[in-house]
Amino acid sequence: MHDLLRFATAGSVDDGKSTLIGRLLYDSKSIFVDQYDAVEAASQRRGDDYVDLALLTDGLRAEREQGITIDVAYRYFATPVRKFIIADTPGHPQYTRNMVTGASTAEAALILVDARKGVVEQSRRHSLLASMLGVRHLVVCINKMDLVAYSEETYDAIVQDFTDFASRLQGVEIEFIPISALVGDNVVDRGENMRWYNGPTLLYHLEHLHVAGDRNLTDVRFPVQYVIRPQSNQNRDFRGYAGTIASGVMRPGDPVLALPSGMTSTISAIDGPTGPLPEAYSGMSVVVRLADEIDLSRGDMLVRPNNKPDLTQDLDLGLCWMDETQTLVPGKMLAIKQTTQWARAKVTEVVYRMDINTLRRDETAQELALNDIGRVKVRVTKPLAVDAYRDNRVTGAVILVDEATNRTVAAGFIR
Amino acid sequence: MGYSLSQLRELEAESIHIIREVAAEMQRPCLLFSGGKDSVVMSVLAAKAFAPARIPFPFMHVDTGLNFPEVIEFRDRRAAELGVEMVVASVPEAMARGLVREEPNGSRNRIQSPVLLEAVEKHKFDALFGGARRDEEKARAKERVFSFRDEFGQWDPKNQRPELWNLYNGRVFPGENIRVFPLSNWTELDTWQYIETENIELPSLYYAAEREVVERDGMLYAVNEFVPLKDGETSSVRSVRYRTMGDANLTAAVESEADTNEKVVAEIAASRLTERGATRGDDKVSEAAMEDRKKEGYF
Repeated sequence: MHDLLRFATAGSVDDGKSTLIGRLLYDSKSIFVDQYDAVEAASQRRGDDYVDLALLTDGLRAEREQGITIDVAYRYFATPVRKFIIADTPGHPQYTRNMVTGASTAEAALILVDARKGVVEQSRRHSLLASMLGVRHLVVCINKMDLVAYSEETYDAIVQDFTDFASRLQGVEIEFIPISALVGDNVVDRGENMRWYNGPTLLYHLEHLHVAGDRNLTDVRFPVQYVIRPQSNQNRDFRGYAGTIASGVMRPGDPVLALPSGMTSTISAIDGPTGPLPEAYSGMSVVVRLADEIDLSRGDMLVRPNNKPDLTQDLDLGLCWMDETQTLVPGKMLAIKQTTQWARAKVTEVVYRMDINTLRRDETAQELALNDIGRVKVRVTKPLAVDAYRDNRVTGAVILVDEATNRTVAAGFIR
Repeated sequence: MGYSLSQLRELEAESIHIIREVAAEMQRPCLLFSGGKDSVVMSVLAAKAFAPARIPFPFMHVDTGLNFPEVIEFRDRRAAELGVEMVVASVPEAMARGLVREEPNGSRNRIQSPVLLEAVEKHKFDALFGGARRDEEKARAKERVFSFRDEFGQWDPKNQRPELWNLYNGRVFPGENIRVFPLSNWTELDTWQYIETENIELPSLYYAAEREVVERDGMLYAVNEFVPLKDGETSSVRSVRYRTMGDANLTAAVESEADTNEKVVAEIAASRLTERGATRGDDKVSEAAMEDRKKEGYF
């Protein structure tokens, strides 16, 4: 069976993200005939000189009219090597929150750079967001090489520029690929236009990207999602704790500690979708049974007694603010969701706002506005079991929700 | 180290997580169940999510009155096996009351929406599971797993809630609801591979058999009470199967020899047409047909 790679595309408006996805799908023969026919007909109606492959992903009427991507489009394709889920995200700064949505579940991000324009603010913002979101693999696609006469000097200069900027990003691995999404060079096939480039094509790189090592198999974290207690005669004594394993490996017989209660027990059985399991690991949805009846319900967490997360009401967060109707200021109360629980959080301090271009911190900032990235401190109404986001993408992540509108207004990363 | 899930098991785990999250957080969820393959897969995942307990929410079907009788029979049998309540909202009954009127082309696709919304209001459902997949159609490709709908059931595609990680936000005010799509990241091929792996029973119309069909606009329709032969038309008997289960008068069959799960998987893997493009007359109306229906409260 194949494994799955989730990746997001990012970059500025008009960098050709949707065209690249269209090219990747088309050249890997993942486009259905009726989809291609519809796009070809639409291109002809508009009087385009060529078939606009971007129309394959721009699914909303407003997007086709304006020729921009507003929201994330998810696309799926498989090669004999791997199955891919693509989150094609918008480049327009106004829709940065949708880019964050697309990148939050991605293992790799494709950052598109227009070879004529070089590294621009959006390239930097999206690279920073991707690295904050724990996307470990950045693939910088220097696109529209056909419009700079496939110049190696232009490519080298952009690589240098981006490398200078990215030296301040933490924990990311970067690959550069010169491409033309329109013509197809170095996307699926190498083409004849850039013989000076000796690296992999984009598809080859994505097929062979090693991501399994990115997952945390060390720290056992099992947030309880749902307590299963059948109201039937044959299962009267059954009490199971359902949830998705955030990290680590669990086996029957393992000692566990319940948080926040601090009570201990032993795992007596683990059931998965296919039946009883001798062991279960991060990403699996399972039901755990314990040897003892202890106080344990939704929002609580099972961990190993000798490997505990922080249990705290004070959070130090990296944060992306996503609401256009209000700014984030100290004193604001918001609902907060972490793993499987909700609480309320009060913003106690805006520590700094990040300058996207320089990655320098503006410590005089008093608030965060739409699409701002910064660091804030909040105090939560009850203790949460948390890890640093760089160690754990599940227990280190929070969302903030405005209780007046129920809108999700921020993504937070525990430091 | 073998600590890596296959793509099918990863999709399964994600779907089960979503289903449990809704059951835990929403007041009154409901699973839309038509007896079609995606809703059947969803019912299997829901059963796994809560085993050995029963599924803790009812199923509902908006019955246009134009469904294949075999599928309706399958629907009721499957719900009974799972021990869940089956709520049926009837379009013909709503037409008789004057709530909705059939459109001239005979499609009851659009008028399903008011009937659905009425049932949601009556039963106070605040979360509806749908079996839609993002690979089906361009507007669906844009939709969140938790898709917020206002009191009119409207989807606002330009203003969707950000959806981060698997931290789903299902918060709604009274009268609003969330449509939830646990199969968002599945493709048609994934669905069939899962049906094969798990040996899931489906209505037999999904498998090839000799059936009497008539050709219209390049598509093959089974001749039955919903699709009588028109003057001048001739029918023929061919080996066909259905890739989707819409209304019997609008859903076309495809020529196929695939009469087992294994053969269907092989056929889908080699197919060069999407399932909707191949079989659904109702989606051909305009480039934005699905987006327009969804804005009005459709799935």
